Amino acid sequence: MSADTPPEEGGPYRASPVPYIDRTRDQYAGLGYEAYGWAHIDEAPPWAPVTKPLSESKLGVIATGGVYAAGQTAFTYKDDTTYRAIPTDVDSADLRATHFAYDLTDAREDINCVFPIDTLRSFRDEGVVGALADNFYTCMGGIYSQRRVIEELAPTLVDRCLADDVDLVLLVPV
Amino acid sequence: MSLSSARDITRAVNPPRAAYLDYPLGHTSGRPNRPELNRAIVGDALRAFHELTEPGTMFHLPYRWSEEDHWKDRVMRPSPKGNGRTDETQDDRVERFADPQYQTEDDAAEAAGTHEGEECLVCAGIDY
Repeated sequence: MSADTPPEEGGPYRASPVPYIDRTRDQYAGLGYEAYGWAHIDEAPPWAPVTKPLSESKLGVIATGGVYAAGQTAFTYKDDTTYRAIPTDVDSADLRATHFAYDLTDAREDINCVFPIDTLRSFRDEGVVGALADNFYTCMGGIYSQRRVIEELAPTLVDRCLADDVDLVLLVPV
Repeated sequence: MSLSSARDITRAVNPPRAAYLDYPLGHTSGRPNRPELNRAIVGDALRAFHELTEPGTMFHLPYRWSEEDHWKDRVMRPSPKGNGRTDETQDDRVERFADPQYQTEDDAAEAAGTHEGEECLVCAGIDY
């Protein structure tokens, strides 16, 4: 693992990352649509130094794969800026995935593909991670209104993570 | 820490810390029924909390989806002849339905029972 160095090059392996932004532009142009307005953040990212070892840290998760628990209302596919609080003691067999922009087959086979709940519980049980927040948070991706994400969804999730008093948050976008 | 499978999109939004996993979308934190592999992936991402010391750095995780990764050729490029499509530009995207999209009909019934007679503030995302 090294910063900004791709896996080994050469051979038949398609070493380059998939150019999603370029392919979306080409797909939209082919359909006669205006280009999709991807978010571009030019400011330097905010930075909070990590001060505690992982084994003493409380971890939160925000995942965008459209995960809900049985009994909760499912997400819609159209600019849904709500979120779900998933108790971290949930039975992972009760978790569901719904989304319009990725193949759900594997996530529905094993939710850990997009929501690493059993993975993280195993780290907590072994003491690798100090604690998990009482709830992890899930939402949709593919929200076309950047304004609503920036002004509504993201601040709400930040407030919840702050109230949960977590030290670290792992984002799992899809 | 953003564990991401879309390198260009992640670069564009420039999170403070990122770990890039070169897998197809829908597998940001691993593969189905592969707990040890998924522990390796997520464990690397967690260790990167401490290893990344420069804002805006992205780690490349050393996992490969398949030997030749042919899946990359097909992303957002529907087969010209597959699934009844006649050309590459035909729209194969899923419609963006505006009502809740349950995985199963049982889920819809269970949610209706849970929420009978009142709006669920958690599901509405306004419980704070």
